[in-house]
Amino acid sequence: MTTALDTAPATAAPDVTGPVDGAAREAAVPPGAAGPAGLADLADLAHEVRELVLRMGTSPHGTHVGGSLSSADILTVLYHRVLRLRPEDPAWAERDWFVLSKGHASAALYAVLAQRGFIDRAELDTYSRPGSRLAGHPLRRLPGVEFPTGSLGHGLSLASGVALALRRTGRAGRAFALLGDGELQEGSVWEAAMTAGHYGLDNLVAVVDRNGLQITGSTEDCVGLEPLGERWRSFGWATVEVDGHDLAALDEVFASLPHTPGRPTAVLARTVKGRGVPLFEGKKKSHSVQLSPRLFQRAMTGLNARRAR
Amino acid sequence: MTTPTIEAAPPGTVPEPDWQERYGVASRDVYRRTLVELAREDPRVFCVDSDMGGLETLFGEELPAQYVNVGIAEANLMGVSAGMAATGLLPYAHTISGFAATRACEQLKVDVAGNDLPVRVVVTHAGLSAGHYGPTHHAVDDLAIVRTLPNMTVVVPADAVETEYAVRATADLPGPLFLRLGRAATPLVHHEPYEFRLGEARLLRAGDDVTLVATGPYPVSMALEAHEALAGMGISARVLNMHTIKPLDRDAVLRAARETAGIVTVEDHLVAGGLGAAVAEVVTEEAPCRVHRIGVPDRFFDHVADERELLVEAGVSPERIIRAAASLVRPAG
Repeated sequence: MTTALDTAPATAAPDVTGPVDGAAREAAVPPGAAGPAGLADLADLAHEVRELVLRMGTSPHGTHVGGSLSSADILTVLYHRVLRLRPEDPAWAERDWFVLSKGHASAALYAVLAQRGFIDRAELDTYSRPGSRLAGHPLRRLPGVEFPTGSLGHGLSLASGVALALRRTGRAGRAFALLGDGELQEGSVWEAAMTAGHYGLDNLVAVVDRNGLQITGSTEDCVGLEPLGERWRSFGWATVEVDGHDLAALDEVFASLPHTPGRPTAVLARTVKGRGVPLFEGKKKSHSVQLSPRLFQRAMTGLNARRAR
Repeated sequence: MTTPTIEAAPPGTVPEPDWQERYGVASRDVYRRTLVELAREDPRVFCVDSDMGGLETLFGEELPAQYVNVGIAEANLMGVSAGMAATGLLPYAHTISGFAATRACEQLKVDVAGNDLPVRVVVTHAGLSAGHYGPTHHAVDDLAIVRTLPNMTVVVPADAVETEYAVRATADLPGPLFLRLGRAATPLVHHEPYEFRLGEARLLRAGDDVTLVATGPYPVSMALEAHEALAGMGISARVLNMHTIKPLDRDAVLRAARETAGIVTVEDHLVAGGLGAAVAEVVTEEAPCRVHRIGVPDRFFDHVADERELLVEAGVSPERIIRAAASLVRPAG
């Protein structure tokens, strides 16, 4: 079967002609539902997410710094602009669902959950410490966390089940899953991709944090993922490639979902592991780091310098 | 504990031919019919298939809006079902027992049990019931695995009658269920209505000398055969149908330990980790007594035979039960 998608260039960038009018966007969604931030606020919010991730990285066990920083912009846009959520009512029936399939990026998730008021910011200081609800991988008991994740390859099936159920019961919500690129080596991801493609779940979005690195190095040197767009498309998905650190571009992509009616959307977000902190950028060793006070200061100096540039 | 929704008719009032017509088939068939009935009454009930064969017509054609086939993808089956359950649906996820308990074990653990979601994992081909299909399709380790999963309720109906009762009794269960069925028709244990109580062992035969605790179609029917033979030897054997493996009826086990000379457990499952192990765990801590575990030994079966033949070869037979029970009552020497 030939479709227009089959011939679409894998690198098609979203057509971003200018800043999105935040006020108009917010007027179009149910009151009090979508993320409250304006487009102009996103840079500050993303910067703060990175700072909070680094702070959590000072906890005794450290954190998965690299993948949290590569996801930071994606999560910022999702939680402040895209997902229809009610922090005061996490179980709101009309909400969008988010699954952090790459559960090791929990620190970045906790940061946006705190920004949105699901949890207190003060609780972030408990990260990974005894008695905390903020584990190295998300626990379901935390408000705003739909499913506990951490074992890779689970999230897309969960999100597919949610999307399928919402559609069959006539509900408006959508399901988003954020996957790591190395995670795509898990076969169960492709079981889910095949099912979601078959059912044409256009209320389902898989965002791939394509930072290109896994623990042992490049994904392509480990077990290669390319041609990644073709792979998703061959499973019946529409794909969009986007710079995963371009907040306006991400916002535009997420504002125009589904990309293709009748198909689930895979947003392949090109990212840099450790993004925002020169010390960690593009380095596989940024995967899991415990930041000493000195290292934290160096990382913060780098983060602020990069911001000021 | 959920109470059954079936009204029990007075004993002896059910005409046997109708009963036979309704239940004289595989538990799997009675299950499927019951599921369609439940789904007609409750739109939250969904049938999630993994290309099992039969459900697509029996259920899918009848109630297409409540039917989903995820294909031959058992890990995905668990995750999709968990996702559906999280939104408020009651998915009945179908696969072969071994594929649920071992292939998709992690999804079963993390996504279903870990979230305490009302996913009903309904498995067939349990134990050695897939006989001629060979060891890839034998599931004699599933109970050992699923009973260690927190939140999981584990039910093993003894026949088609109990299957319908168990399905209805668990319809509103707030957490996950593992319902373990066989493949072909097995002997009917129940010939008239009774009150099925989830988590409560059913006393099939009273007895004071020794207790036979069995789970699953052939083990229970073999225990009943053994009861008759033991009676002929002057031994009064209590027979308990332990249809709920988890939560286990500890009280019934402890009464057996205290009131009789010992316990013989019978299962179509490994002696390691299943019913026998669960019973031994209880008595070891609270009422030490002799427990003789009859089940499948630590080996694979790599030749063709039907379910009952394989069980007998494995050492699960009325004769073994009789010998074990007699030895507990009248120790040698």
